[in-house]
Amino acid sequence: MMHSVMSRASNWRLLNNAAAVLLSVAVLIPAMASAGETLSDSRRTDLNHLLRQDCGSCHGMTLKGGLGPSLLPEQLAAWDVESLAAMILSGNPEKAMPGWSGLLSDAEARYLAQRLLEGDVQ
Amino acid sequence: MTAHLGKMVRVWSLLVLLTAAVISHAGASQVLRGTGDLGLIIERASGSVVIIETTGQTKLGRVEGLGDLSHASAVFSRDGRFAYIFGRDGGLTKVDLLRAEIAARVIQSGNSIGGAISQDGRLIAVSNYKPGGVRVFDAENLKMVADIPATMKDGTLSKVVGLVDAPGQKFVFSLWDAGEIWLLDFQAGPEPALSKYRNVGRNPYDALITSDGRYYVAGLFGEDGLAKLDLWNMDAGVSRILDGYGRGEEKLPVYKMPHLEGWARAGDYLFLPAVGRHELLVVDASTWREVQRIPVHGQPVFAVARPDGRQIWVNFAHPRNDTVQVIDVPSMTIVKTYTPGKAVLHMEFTPRGEQVWISVRDDDRVDVYDTRTMEVTQSLRAEKPSGIFLTARAGRTGL
Ligand code: HEC
Repeated sequence: MMHSVMSRASNWRLLNNAAAVLLSVAVLIPAMASAGETLSDSRRTDLNHLLRQDCGSCHGMTLKGGLGPSLLPEQLAAWDVESLAAMILSGNPEKAMPGWSGLLSDAEARYLAQRLLEGDVQ
Repeated sequence: MTAHLGKMVRVWSLLVLLTAAVISHAGASQVLRGTGDLGLIIERASGSVVIIETTGQTKLGRVEGLGDLSHASAVFSRDGRFAYIFGRDGGLTKVDLLRAEIAARVIQSGNSIGGAISQDGRLIAVSNYKPGGVRVFDAENLKMVADIPATMKDGTLSKVVGLVDAPGQKFVFSLWDAGEIWLLDFQAGPEPALSKYRNVGRNPYDALITSDGRYYVAGLFGEDGLAKLDLWNMDAGVSRILDGYGRGEEKLPVYKMPHLEGWARAGDYLFLPAVGRHELLVVDASTWREVQRIPVHGQPVFAVARPDGRQIWVNFAHPRNDTVQVIDVPSMTIVKTYTPGKAVLHMEFTPRGEQVWISVRDDDRVDVYDTRTMEVTQSLRAEKPSGIFLTARAGRTGL
């Protein structure tokens, strides 16, 4: 299960974004080492809060968009967990999307990516 | 004797009538009052506002049903009775502060970022992300009077930021995607004249207008510097100030856009948040040159001057948003560092500066500080409070 997601993600990167290949290494290693490193409940609560409030300061509190685009699932159809997590960590600073690697671990970024794809941001 | 008795009876019945009148009024809580010390607190997550007064520092009421108020702001009618509140979801709501009720409400776009009221108080302009542009409404009934799409050269629409009012029935705003400043002039009536200034710099993110209404200054996200338009000399076009400040230094990730509205002018200096740096820029207001930088706790979001210009209060972006610092202007040093709690979002001074109200979002609290003793004198509960707006703004250009 985990494997199929990853190989799709890797294909996407190879095809679309050379820079992300480097990232995929960074993403794969902790993912394998921890095999779904578990986040504590309180950390999850913090992350849910971060998503609404702090991502929300640019993407809107309900993630319907603001300065940054809407992050509702229908807008993210082209993304999978790994590519989204990579985007969250590296950002696109030129276009005002900050990289969160200084504040979030890979597992935390993947957790946020999952929440976004599930569309459950309460 | 009987005449005297009759007079006494009349006096008494008059007294009884008066008392009854007072009681019935109190029951309807319609004590006559002015609006000069009123204000409101945005409760961003619950779509409500709390109406406050700063004399007794109390809550007077709460109004619900205003939609998505994340990043909401407000302007006031010139009599201070009505607040116009700009919601994130395109909602524009006129709230009657005295009755604590909604007087009018429209959903005017899909996604908006702020607004302004015209010099004469008759027009409300809203800046929109979606569809990108500015819409202008009759302040009385919120009927649309003008629609100005921010169409770029390629035909698509730009997000609009930094909308302010300017003297002479003007509104000025910036186009985030296009890097332009536009000026709308309603002097001649409901059909506005539109002037455009192109290539002002990449990604203007917010703007300010000086309190005399003369200079419009837009901060640029995409470059180090600001774009300045002199409204007393519009033919001179837009010029760049603080060009290349900090060029060559690597910027930090910007987790929250700084605000320039509510920017600080103290005496001869302007204090501006540096984008992506833990610094305030100090600018000489006559030459528009940088005179120094003050290292601060985090990336500044708001830098607000106490009305007398003696102090600047600064709050910060995530993840350092639990802190407020106070700068003493004569010595340009930080004299106080507070940690009010998680997510300090906004600071608002009373017009004579003896109080500053500070919202602490994640603690569901608004604190009132005495700016002389530097102590907290009052704490009020509010749900996820963000912006705090006092009616004194009604009399000020650009607020
Ligand atoms: C300071 C503003 C800001 C903050 C805070 C911010 N973003 Fe963004 N984000 C943007 C902007 C602007 C873009 C569009 C960049 C572009 O045009 O390529 C963007 C793009 C994105 C995208 C790509 C969407 C797409 O369809 O291309 C994702 C995913 C994303 N952000 C997630 C997040 C998450 C998750 C957070 C919080 C951890 C966050 N952002 C916080 C401004 C922000």
